Amino acid sequence: MASELTIWLIILLPAFAFVFNGLLLRWLPEIAAGPFRLTGKKSDLAGWLTVVAVGVSFVLSFLALLEVVSDGTQYFDMRSWIAISGVDIQFGIMLDQLTAIMLVVVSGVSFLVQLYGVGYMHGDDGYTRYFSYMALFTASMLGLVTARSVIQLFVFWELVGISSYLLIGFWLNRPSAAAAAKKAFLMTRFADFGFLLAILYLYSVDPSWLDIQEMYHAITAGAMAVSVASWIALGFLLGAMGKSAQFPLHSWLPDAMEGPTSVSALIHSATMVTAGVFLVARFFPLFEHSDIMFLVTVVGAVTAVFAASMALVADDIKRVLAYSTVSQLGYMMFALGVGAYGAAVFHLFTHAFFKACLFLAAGSVHHAGGTFNMNYLGGLKNHMKITYWAMVIASLSLAGIIPLSGFWSKDEILAHAAHGDSGIAMFALLMGLLGALMTAFYMFRAVIKTFHGEFRGGGGKEREDIEASGEVPPEGLEHVHLGESPWTMTVPIAILAFLAIVIGFFTNPIFDLGFANKHAFATFVVERNTDVFHDHEAQVHAGSEPKFDPLIAGISTVLAIGGIAIAWLLATRTGVIPASVEKMTLPFQNLLRRKYYFDELYEDLIVSRGFYSYFARLVDRLDISGFDNVNIQLYRWTDRAGRALAKVQDGQVQTYGIVSVVGLIVAIVIFVVVAQ
Amino acid sequence: MNAQDYWALSPVIAMAALAIVLLSADALLAERMFGGRRFGSKRALSWIAFIGLLGPAILALNLWFGWLGNSTSDPVIYGTFTADRFTLFFQFLIIGTTAAVILASVPYLEQFRDSLGEFFTLLLIAAAGMMLLVGASELITIYVALETTALPAVALAALRRDGFSIEAGAKFLILSALSTALLLFGLVFLYGYTGATRIDEIVARLATLPFEAGVPFGSLAVMLAVLLIVAGFGFKMAIAPWHMWVPDVYQGAPTPVAAFLSVASKASAFAVLMRLLYSMAGFEAVAQDWQILFALIATASMTVGNLLALSQTNMKRLLAYSTIAQAGYIMVGFAAVSIASSSGSATSGPQSIMYYLAGYAFTNLAVFLGFTAIIHRTGDDTIAGLGGLVKRSPVLAVLMSIGLLSLLGMPPTVGFMAKAVIFSTAVDQGLIWLAVVAVVNTVVAAYYYLRIVGLILFGETEDTDPIKPAPGEMAAVIVGIAGAIVLGVVPWLVLQLIDDSITIV
Repeated sequence: MASELTIWLIILLPAFAFVFNGLLLRWLPEIAAGPFRLTGKKSDLAGWLTVVAVGVSFVLSFLALLEVVSDGTQYFDMRSWIAISGVDIQFGIMLDQLTAIMLVVVSGVSFLVQLYGVGYMHGDDGYTRYFSYMALFTASMLGLVTARSVIQLFVFWELVGISSYLLIGFWLNRPSAAAAAKKAFLMTRFADFGFLLAILYLYSVDPSWLDIQEMYHAITAGAMAVSVASWIALGFLLGAMGKSAQFPLHSWLPDAMEGPTSVSALIHSATMVTAGVFLVARFFPLFEHSDIMFLVTVVGAVTAVFAASMALVADDIKRVLAYSTVSQLGYMMFALGVGAYGAAVFHLFTHAFFKACLFLAAGSVHHAGGTFNMNYLGGLKNHMKITYWAMVIASLSLAGIIPLSGFWSKDEILAHAAHGDSGIAMFALLMGLLGALMTAFYMFRAVIKTFHGEFRGGGGKEREDIEASGEVPPEGLEHVHLGESPWTMTVPIAILAFLAIVIGFFTNPIFDLGFANKHAFATFVVERNTDVFHDHEAQVHAGSEPKFDPLIAGISTVLAIGGIAIAWLLATRTGVIPASVEKMTLPFQNLLRRKYYFDELYEDLIVSRGFYSYFARLVDRLDISGFDNVNIQLYRWTDRAGRALAKVQDGQVQTYGIVSVVGLIVAIVIFVVVAQ
Repeated sequence: MNAQDYWALSPVIAMAALAIVLLSADALLAERMFGGRRFGSKRALSWIAFIGLLGPAILALNLWFGWLGNSTSDPVIYGTFTADRFTLFFQFLIIGTTAAVILASVPYLEQFRDSLGEFFTLLLIAAAGMMLLVGASELITIYVALETTALPAVALAALRRDGFSIEAGAKFLILSALSTALLLFGLVFLYGYTGATRIDEIVARLATLPFEAGVPFGSLAVMLAVLLIVAGFGFKMAIAPWHMWVPDVYQGAPTPVAAFLSVASKASAFAVLMRLLYSMAGFEAVAQDWQILFALIATASMTVGNLLALSQTNMKRLLAYSTIAQAGYIMVGFAAVSIASSSGSATSGPQSIMYYLAGYAFTNLAVFLGFTAIIHRTGDDTIAGLGGLVKRSPVLAVLMSIGLLSLLGMPPTVGFMAKAVIFSTAVDQGLIWLAVVAVVNTVVAAYYYLRIVGLILFGETEDTDPIKPAPGEMAAVIVGIAGAIVLGVVPWLVLQLIDDSITIV
């Protein structure tokens, strides 16, 4: 039985690891220094403690999933958090199908990443700090997906944001990491502002809707006006776009790769960035009820292609993966936009595994090659077989090659878009197919540049080159030691690669398998969730019966294979493209390399020119002449008043008595006078 | 008296009995028995007192959960005492405060030389008096309980027997006598007008007496009674203009005693005033003028406390003024009594006061005891002497910073939540101007609280000797700060308790 306590334990175990690692471990005396190295700077305790805590969380999450499979959605009682003078803020746990899936994904990927981190972060000065942040993140994310109250969800949403900020800026002595952390925090905060406004609006319309179940019921009963739903959905969508790095709020995610690679694997691919998709899925009835579903589709579809195009030319393997993540999140968004709830959640589910695998493999590459820059890698396939094959499998899965998991989920999204009846759905389908071609191309371009051909010198060579050109090399370029990574790193990679193969087909097969029914996953998340999808029509619309469409599947497979082939040709045969054509594409390549000048637009035009030059200067003037002045005067006068009052306090007990009685008489006089 | 009467009184009796046990133990553990070394008995007495507090605590828990006796809103012992949950809530507060003070006072016991037993005995008798006071539901009992509290407190203030301490004791005694006189006047007016001393009977009589329109509180007798009673308790609560003894006594008295007075004594006075006044809250004429009265007192207390704290150079005096300002914030909750015609629930006023008091008890105790520990070891009670504390005791410096931020009202501490609750209660009752005054006062308070935080975290110091507080002190401070954070983050823990405890409205 998954009791409420179990769910709380899922959240509290990593939270305990956070408190222990972050606060207690420092204060403990070196009780077991020596052989066990339990405490002190080089202690491994923090890592293993987090692994165990998250591991137990994962087991409990799995039990919770089984519970939901057998018993369906559970809403646990709301409890009063702050109840005073008419305001009653409540919190509680909801365990529906979406929550159960997210619990397993988050705790499962987190567990593997923590295990990986034990090896990957070994010897880092911030080892303990790293694990305390990771535990905080895991706890927050688990709290986010179980929240039953919108305010509770928002609290965890912000906790996730702050732990992401801390982890991106984990290497505190790197200016680029600090800048990336700040950028990520500010951009997502900007989006969260919309989320917060929507919550306040929601509260002002009807406070009882803060309870998500109440909100579902209100929408079903038609108690919420469409205009109200639209405004709230718009705010929620803005928050989701920030967290999930959707166009035009995408530019923080590639920079977020400044954090440790394991952080990118957990937070910036598999879990936190999917929180935006989760948010839209969580409030799916609200979005369906609103007028802005088309906006969700457009944002997702544009992002899917837009981000993929930048991945075509990126040289940093982690940035390729980052753009790929943004692009895939775009797929999930437009899937939700066209109403394919089941397909979106399914893609979120499969994507978490193969994308985490890709990131962890990239980290393993860095471990051997000393850099993420693919121009200095190459030829690694003979040195690290596990990493290589894992990378290939995950890339095939991402590219959507049958029968790997990515094929099934991506295809379902495309099939739904194809069966949509609006022009926007057609637009989404075209974008999706174009994205599929690009995805296959950039992933295999990355695989070939990294693993095939000759080794091009790695981090050491890159450092020399940068120094030779007279610039300061960035941090993080390390020496080359070709060879496979330790088992704590390769085991998680191998497990994730295995899951990337099987988890698509075997959880959501297109025909009955015996142990898994036809469309088990889709049936589970859609049909069983009767609070969200209350009648059969809504269930079918949301994809309880996936439309496996051989035509779409064929086209997308052809496109994927075509993308791989182009990547192969371009990499191995020089002169496939005539020089004149090559020259014509140069401006376009440049546009992509400069990321469509979005950084310039935001940082130069909006932030520096617009914000700093005009707005900030104006506020500064106001501050100096207005607020500062008032403050100084206020201080001067309060200080004078204080000193004047202090004169009465002369230490004479007679004075004290007189003041007391005079005070009483004044009070009496006031009342008698007031009465007149 | 029947069994229920004894159960109702049992926590108070246990506290008084513990005082006597300590007096006897002090005599038994005399010098001769331990080879002339008085020192050994010091710890023994502290432990006896600390563990002995379990007695009243368990008996109070027994009433709360109704194991053997029951908490009931009906007054017992001829109507003189009410052992309801409201009483028990404050009794827990008093027992907890006493325990913290005993725990933290071990390093100071040498100051009391041969009056060690007296210290514990007086402390516990004062605590017993407070526990009686918070449940007293009859005028003469209130008076007797108040005196039982006041006289030991005076002796405690003078216990160190040096110039400062004796001056503090003398001032405390004289002004305490003045306040009691005012209180007695007030009680006499109430008795003279209604002819009853039991609160429930007074309320019943008031209901039959005419309330004249246009007369404050509906009748001049009630007005005088209320004003005089408020003035009398005003001394204990340290609200302006009856606050003037506070800085002198807190500075001169032994600091654990000052910590005790600033929390337990204040809380018990608030409790008895709430019980007395809220029984009359049902009369609309009373409630209207009540709002004005307490709004004025709150304004005066907050403003005077904060303004005077600004110019202080002595840490103990600064903390004294800070408690005056804090009492002013609590008075905002008093002012927010619901007038029958207005919106808002009748219980939100007392609820906000009790929440504030609970948070204040944790925070203020931690801050008082923490700074006491520092000052005791540096021998320097000026604010400037706290500079660079973080280099000398990082843990205490961080804890004290959190405590000060809680007193200021920063999230996520209880100080923020309690202020938010109490101010919003005032707004609900239409006292928007008072909430504005309170918020402005909070800004003024930021000047001096943040100055200290800045000083202890970023200030310079030449003296880098580490300050090592005793384990008991650390335990009390950590519990206090942990309470301040926990009650701020998860207020429902105590709000639920308070909800159950509002038995007086």
